[in-house]
Amino acid sequence: MESVREAILLLDDGTCFKGHAAGIKGTTTGEICFNTSMTGYQEVFTDPSYFGQILVTTNAHIGNYGTKDEDEESKKIQISGLVCKNFTDEYSRTMADQSIQQYFEENNIVSIYDVDTRAIVKHIRDKGAMNCAISSEILDPAELKKILDKVPKMEGLELASKVTTTEPYTYGEENAKYKIAALDFGIKENILKCLSERGCYIKVFPAKTSYQELLAWKADGYFLSNGPGDPSSMDYAIETVKEILNQKAPVFGICLGHQLLALAMGVSTYKMHHGHRGSNHPVLNIVSGKCEITSQNHGFGVDPKDIEKFNDQIEVTHRNLNDDTVEGIKVKEQKAFSVQFHPEASPGPHDSRYLFDQFIQMIEN
Amino acid sequence: MPRDKSIKSVLIIGSGPIIIGQACEFDYSGSQASRSLREEGIEVSLINSNPATIMTDPVTADHIYLLPLTVESIIQILEERQIDAVLPTMGGQTALNLAIEAGKHGVWEKYNTKLIGVDLDAIELTENREAFRQHVIDLGLEVAPSMIANSFLEGKDASQKIGFPLVIRPSYTLGGTGGSFVFNESEFDDLLRRGLEASPTHEVLIDKAVLGWKEYELELLRDSNDDVVIICTVENMDPMGIHTGDSITVAPAMTLSDTAFQRMRNQAILMMRSLGEFAGGCNVQFALDPETEKLIVIEINPRVSRSSALASKATGYPIAKIAAKLALGYHLHELKNQITGNTSAYFEPTLDYVIVKMPRWNFEKFIGSDVTLGLQMKSVGEVMAIGRNFLEALQKACQSQENNRHGLGADKKEWIRTSDILERLEKVSDDRVYRLKDALRLGVPEKTVQKLTKIDPWYIKQIKTLVKMEQELQRYNVAEDIPEDFFRQLKVCGYSDAQIAWTLRLDEEEVTVQRKKLGINRTYKMVDTCAGEFQAQTPYFYSTFDSENESIPSDKKKIIVLGSGPNRIGQGIEFDYCCVHGIMAIKEAGYEAIMINCNPETVSTDFDIADKLYFEPIYWEHIKDIIDLEKPEGVIVQLGGQTALKLAEKFAQNGIKIIGTSFSSMDLAEDRGSFSDLLKDLDVPYPRYGVANTADEALDIANEVSYPVLVRPSYVLGGQRMRIVINDDELERAVLNIFKHMPDNKVLIDQFLERTKEAEVDAIYDGEELHVMGIMEHIEPAGIHSGDSSAVLPTYSLSEKAVATMVEYTEKLAHALKIRGLINMQFAIKDDEVFVIEANPRASRTTPFIAKAYNVPYLNYATKVMLGVNKLKDFNIEKNLNGYAIKVPVFSFEKFPNVDKNLGPEMKSTGEKIIYIKDLDDPFFRDLDSKRSMFLTR
Repeated sequence: MESVREAILLLDDGTCFKGHAAGIKGTTTGEICFNTSMTGYQEVFTDPSYFGQILVTTNAHIGNYGTKDEDEESKKIQISGLVCKNFTDEYSRTMADQSIQQYFEENNIVSIYDVDTRAIVKHIRDKGAMNCAISSEILDPAELKKILDKVPKMEGLELASKVTTTEPYTYGEENAKYKIAALDFGIKENILKCLSERGCYIKVFPAKTSYQELLAWKADGYFLSNGPGDPSSMDYAIETVKEILNQKAPVFGICLGHQLLALAMGVSTYKMHHGHRGSNHPVLNIVSGKCEITSQNHGFGVDPKDIEKFNDQIEVTHRNLNDDTVEGIKVKEQKAFSVQFHPEASPGPHDSRYLFDQFIQMIEN
Repeated sequence: MPRDKSIKSVLIIGSGPIIIGQACEFDYSGSQASRSLREEGIEVSLINSNPATIMTDPVTADHIYLLPLTVESIIQILEERQIDAVLPTMGGQTALNLAIEAGKHGVWEKYNTKLIGVDLDAIELTENREAFRQHVIDLGLEVAPSMIANSFLEGKDASQKIGFPLVIRPSYTLGGTGGSFVFNESEFDDLLRRGLEASPTHEVLIDKAVLGWKEYELELLRDSNDDVVIICTVENMDPMGIHTGDSITVAPAMTLSDTAFQRMRNQAILMMRSLGEFAGGCNVQFALDPETEKLIVIEINPRVSRSSALASKATGYPIAKIAAKLALGYHLHELKNQITGNTSAYFEPTLDYVIVKMPRWNFEKFIGSDVTLGLQMKSVGEVMAIGRNFLEALQKACQSQENNRHGLGADKKEWIRTSDILERLEKVSDDRVYRLKDALRLGVPEKTVQKLTKIDPWYIKQIKTLVKMEQELQRYNVAEDIPEDFFRQLKVCGYSDAQIAWTLRLDEEEVTVQRKKLGINRTYKMVDTCAGEFQAQTPYFYSTFDSENESIPSDKKKIIVLGSGPNRIGQGIEFDYCCVHGIMAIKEAGYEAIMINCNPETVSTDFDIADKLYFEPIYWEHIKDIIDLEKPEGVIVQLGGQTALKLAEKFAQNGIKIIGTSFSSMDLAEDRGSFSDLLKDLDVPYPRYGVANTADEALDIANEVSYPVLVRPSYVLGGQRMRIVINDDELERAVLNIFKHMPDNKVLIDQFLERTKEAEVDAIYDGEELHVMGIMEHIEPAGIHSGDSSAVLPTYSLSEKAVATMVEYTEKLAHALKIRGLINMQFAIKDDEVFVIEANPRASRTTPFIAKAYNVPYLNYATKVMLGVNKLKDFNIEKNLNGYAIKVPVFSFEKFPNVDKNLGPEMKSTGEKIIYIKDLDDPFFRDLDSKRSMFLTR
């Protein structure tokens, strides 16, 4: 057998797991989180919302179908590291471009496998999200702890500016029917695709773009993207959203964009115990009475208590069926709405793609 | 929408006798549905002709009708009581067909009964091949190119247009009967003729064969709000071309990208929503081209299907239970996830383990049958295994099979001739996965194996890993030499200690001792529907070699019940009935009941039957580890058929208490020599016999006991390879045949008592008192396996004296064998003389039948007697039967066209039904009885 390299995973509370190293040799840190999807690992790895996080995948095998350039949600791997049960660089998908090991090497990703991921998930479930470190070079937990101690807490952390585009760019057909200005806090490729498929020409702006600059593009609607970090630390974006709302322009927000819309309305957000990440989260659309299985990835949420104070201004349109958290809101008397989950999916079910149609209809009216 | 309050009483239709393709998974779905409806305060009536089922037990439903599944029976029930609604989706195709037939006769309308959980138009659409094909195309989805042919010429024309390989599917036949693959023109004419002849409408569908495409199955649930969830996605390791019931299947899908999966999910939901308005379960099958990822629809079943039991066990999501609630009008989001107790039932389970389902075949029972796998399902049962990786699950599945394998190879059973192996890779039979590994072991390139099997390369590479590990293992001489990390890796990949021992040519014990010394122990993980995201309430466990153990033993006194493993001929659903009752009795007696079983079709593996469920192979190493963890008061082996009983010796050797009858008594009854000595001592007559180790000995013995004689290997189930022979020539052939197929076996030769009647007694003995549960007289004469005979309860032609003698002998033997619990005695009666043929110190196949016929909870009582918490005198037993009950065997011969259908000493039936008659003038009985003489003339 080929010799395997040792690696350790150290959590902030001192819990340590020994396993084997995958990807490149090195050390990485971030906030630990787990995703329960059974398909779509590559889409998850490249989702910018995971920036600064170390991802535990609960699915037993990772890597079986390799990776394919087309399935990327952004141009690179965004997670800080991967923790999984079985990591395989042998894959079978005919249409794949390379193995996950090659992909990790190209992207300089440090990973650990052969650890009891279920025990880790239960630990996070009980103790909550926390920082952690993976290393295949520092195998002494005490040494690694010194590095881990320097990692800032996720709460209060502004990360969107680290993943946003540096220059504005456009997506879709220039002569498309609608013009959309998208604020990029870490936008997923599939959101652009879903909009473009519905006749949108999108200009993607850096996170800190001023409202004046946005306005100059004369968009028919505004899109607030998903992204990493604590939304309450993004005053610049909250201000921009407020100004867009003042114009009563059509607005659609996803995930972080949803939180920013709430914050702009004055509703507070909070750090969740351990967040929602997976492709099976049940959501009730209160307006239609229909349910949808959603793809989710968030560690912050819109405060369900606080939002009650805004009954006159905000309608809660979607609720999570497991824990009743706020999954969707609509600003009353306005063309602004947002959802906490990911209607663009990738990975995950397409049940909620109708929301893009709803956005288009809103622009039409 | 909350439930429809106008429904106060519901009739559930069962699936009837077990046949290939429709087995005890429908007992599981029917029982679940019934319990689910009763939770809602609904009065449940149930009809099924199969007495071996839990669903037809008073513990399951309010009113049980053990009647033939006919429109007349339905009318009888509707006359007798007010039924508001009928739920026909829990009993497979049989139940649906009956509901449709009753509907055509206007029965439901007449009695003002509504059908729930079903849309008959939708059923009709999915069963009419051409209409369904058009429907799918109209939805914008793809199907395999196909054409309908009503004549030979049309068929020829179709073959020209579609091209080879193609599939011929006769219309309106069940389970693929008459269908075939055609690879080239030369075979086509014959197979086309056969197909046309098989169809009652002289019609075949000719399909392009998508051989080698990847095959998937999705289990869906929909509510009346039209909300749909996917409960489970199953990937077939064996690609298109092998019936999914005969394929090794895996969940979750191992080789499917999210893009491909979401397309499949969207199409499945689109199709289900296009099929009428019903609320309930649905199963969709797809084929996927591995090159282009193009998807085509194979079929859709708008009901709880064969695979939904597997999906329920694989995910922990109780499909039938929820489907029954949906049929009452509930919406999914109004119901709770039963495993977590506090999250929504509207969600899609996620797995943090790998499931492997492996079919169990029984070809040795169907000598002369075509053993190649294809369009028709031929397996008689299945096992499911759970592991933290694919290889662990795969090897556990092999260990669950009970075919004397210790895993995937490395156990002395490998083939070594490359040419034989390669032939078997193409001509697929029950051993393909083993041959696949043999080929890789012998150095056949992965690409060649892939080309021959069309199995996805990922699986081949996985299995190749095992080959590499074994090569590495061979470098060591003794268990102590194996490095700890590597040892752990072997266990992680599912190797049993026995496989490691065989590879190093050591004793299993040495490997186990070293393993324990290194602290490489099994840990147990929970099946919880949500990959650990939420806390789960249900104690449903599997073993693996991960770091954290989640199964924490309670401080209660515990009893373990061993299940009966995969269904096969001679050991099926009856024993699951026994186990379920045993568990309930154990709970009532104040113990914690722990179930171990690996058969996903069963009620005993429902997570809310036992206090704790271990979904594990009935294989010594796994059982021993559970016992070491749980430290039970004892283990019950009397309820799980021969499977559980076979382990009794190991328990005795390891100082594990067997509840009830001791191992030494069981051994005495099983060992032909000492048992006969015992009979002699007790002055009980038995047929002359002898045990032979060689053909020469066999000839001597046969001549001594005098022909005709009964020849059989010792220690087999259901009369396997048992023959009646009349002269030396025949004997020689039979004996050589046994030695050829079972080299280490001894041969038993019994004097065959001609023109005798056979009867059997099932009884309970508590050490002081014997209670005869029932005496059954077989209509067919001796020579026909008891499992294939029609048995009449009570006896109808035997003299009082003969009956009294049988009871007397049973009591003598129960006492001498120190039985605590159940005993089954088989007798041959010539004139009034009674001979003992065998004694089985365990629940027999007929115990459920007797319990049903007399309406006495016998298994409950027997278990309490075994436990020693009750004596027979504590129970007030009242038998309740007017006239007679007949147990009638049911066969699945249509799946094996070339098999000898004549009955003999080898059991061939797959199921049974119960028929009640008032007296012996009953025409059904007269017909059966008249066939007796036919057997005698042969």
